[in-house]
Amino acid sequence: MKIDTDFHAKKLGPDTAAEEAADVAVKYDVELVSVSKSYDGGAKAVDTISLRIPKASYCCLLGPSGCGKTTTLRMLAGHESVTDGDVLIHNRNITDAVQAKRGTSMMFQSYALFPHLSALDNVAFSLKLKKIAKAERHAQAMEYLKLVQMDHLAHRMPAQLSGGQQQRVALARSLITRPKVLLLDEPLSALDPFLRVLMRTELRRIQTELGITFVHVTHSQEEALALSDVMVVMNSGKIMQAGSARDVFERPANAFVARFIGGHNVIERNGRTIAVRADKCRLVDSAPGPSLAATVISVEYQGPIVRINLRDEAGKDLCVLISDTRFYSDPPSVGEKVLMSWTSDDEWPLDAAA
Amino acid sequence: MGTRRSTSYYVLSFLFAVFLLFQYGPMICVYLLSFQGPEGGMSFPIRGFSTVWFETLFTAGGRGVGDIHNSFGRSLRLGAIVAVLTMLIGVAVGMSFRRRYAGSNFVFYSAIISMIVPGIFVGFGISLTLNMLGLRPQWWYSGIGAQLTWSLPFAMLIMFIILGRMDKSFEEAATDLGATSFQRFQYVILPLILPGVIGMFMAGFTSSYEESARAGLNIGTGNTMPMELTGLLGAATTPVMFAVGTLTTFFMFALIITTLLFTTTLAKRRQLRLSGQHA
Repeated sequence: MKIDTDFHAKKLGPDTAAEEAADVAVKYDVELVSVSKSYDGGAKAVDTISLRIPKASYCCLLGPSGCGKTTTLRMLAGHESVTDGDVLIHNRNITDAVQAKRGTSMMFQSYALFPHLSALDNVAFSLKLKKIAKAERHAQAMEYLKLVQMDHLAHRMPAQLSGGQQQRVALARSLITRPKVLLLDEPLSALDPFLRVLMRTELRRIQTELGITFVHVTHSQEEALALSDVMVVMNSGKIMQAGSARDVFERPANAFVARFIGGHNVIERNGRTIAVRADKCRLVDSAPGPSLAATVISVEYQGPIVRINLRDEAGKDLCVLISDTRFYSDPPSVGEKVLMSWTSDDEWPLDAAA
Repeated sequence: MGTRRSTSYYVLSFLFAVFLLFQYGPMICVYLLSFQGPEGGMSFPIRGFSTVWFETLFTAGGRGVGDIHNSFGRSLRLGAIVAVLTMLIGVAVGMSFRRRYAGSNFVFYSAIISMIVPGIFVGFGISLTLNMLGLRPQWWYSGIGAQLTWSLPFAMLIMFIILGRMDKSFEEAATDLGATSFQRFQYVILPLILPGVIGMFMAGFTSSYEESARAGLNIGTGNTMPMELTGLLGAATTPVMFAVGTLTTFFMFALIITTLLFTTTLAKRRQLRLSGQHA
């Protein structure tokens, strides 16, 4: 699935402009059009990004700290003003619209459950603001608590709930407003690794069941790979690459993406920069094809896979992922001089930039 | 698990005991002296034991005890009004400072100065200004106003601390769910700052009750309690004054304990109500 990142450069096909526009209206839940954000005329936190997210997709914004992913999310939510550009949801321009009219709902990293209200009252809060009667709003809130499997704890206060439970309540609270797009700000960061995997599945299930778009900010590539229909890798306020998880992993656009996504070796030779997947590299004694001489720095056992970190003669870090059986049949030792080889079919050319 | 206490612990404990003695010693002397018999004087040794001075306080009606009842009433009235005003204005000021506005620095520093400058100067200044304008001081404007110059800076600082510690994401969450700014204040901010609001009310009341320098010159006719007592010190000197001291302490403790009971009962009742709903 090719995702349009550069709105202005999009080529118009055989369709007329009008048909194109109508088609776009149906296909995309969220559109960012040349959106920028700068604070007090200083450096740009978000630099002219354009992105279209198809209907009912799970979109992950992935990147290192300070890359602008959270700022982008907050601009979608309306918690940050947009310095330049437009934000559209369901083809309506909501760049400056007030919260209630945007069609978005945000789940905060700290959950932000109101501490003086029970879980039920927290979820029913948005209905209380609309002056809906108590019995009615409690009934509706219970429906959503059932959806996140928290109905049995409806009367607990947030302080009496665990992190994972608080998050489910926060999710129900956001979903009850029936948003067109749900925005999640690093929702799994505060959970332990085991819970993270469980909640990940929950989020995916709910997203599919409700059929709305989720935009999920994370700095974990594993999370992004597991969840995304659309993965957007950002750095320094710009989008480095946007595409399906498989697209980004198998065909990284540039060296930054290749390095950030993990599991790739970025190699410069003969004036070209290429990426080779670490699991497609092997340690050999002699190689007919392309290869690099390197020294083994460390060996990391990871269960079904063993990761071998190497350093080549130029001082660049490389790694090789091999299955445990292959490793234990002929284990290299730390400090050993080896030859890392790959086939030219597995080479993927990268842009010189980044 | 017997850990031996270090020497510094004993030294510091001793210092603390001395501090407590210094702080509460005088008050304890007053309580003791208030329970003297009819031959009791204004200092130790204690002569006799009775509650005669308390009786005098309630029955004498002006004979050698000044106008204690009315001044107590005035202090209460003044204190209550100052407490309510401090609470309302304090919340408003605290909320207004969340954003820079023109003159916000001026307001802030004036409040700090008002706290630092000795009350007598502030009171004197107000009184002079009134004089210049040809107005006579009355308790219901200049009296209250003068006392507010003392209690409002405290309220402001309390609000700053509380609002500063409040997590912004609660308000953002409320806005996200569709709250207008008034709803945000009513349903999220206010419940979260409620302990501080009650604190401002208490601070307003207690600071008004004990304050005499600022009120003294601006209260018009009719003394407040501290003013009356200061006056009595020079004139009629009987252990009735000690009786007043004991009763005032008792009154203040009762007030604090009542407030604490009130807030804990509220919290308990809310808990019961919620768990009672559990189907």
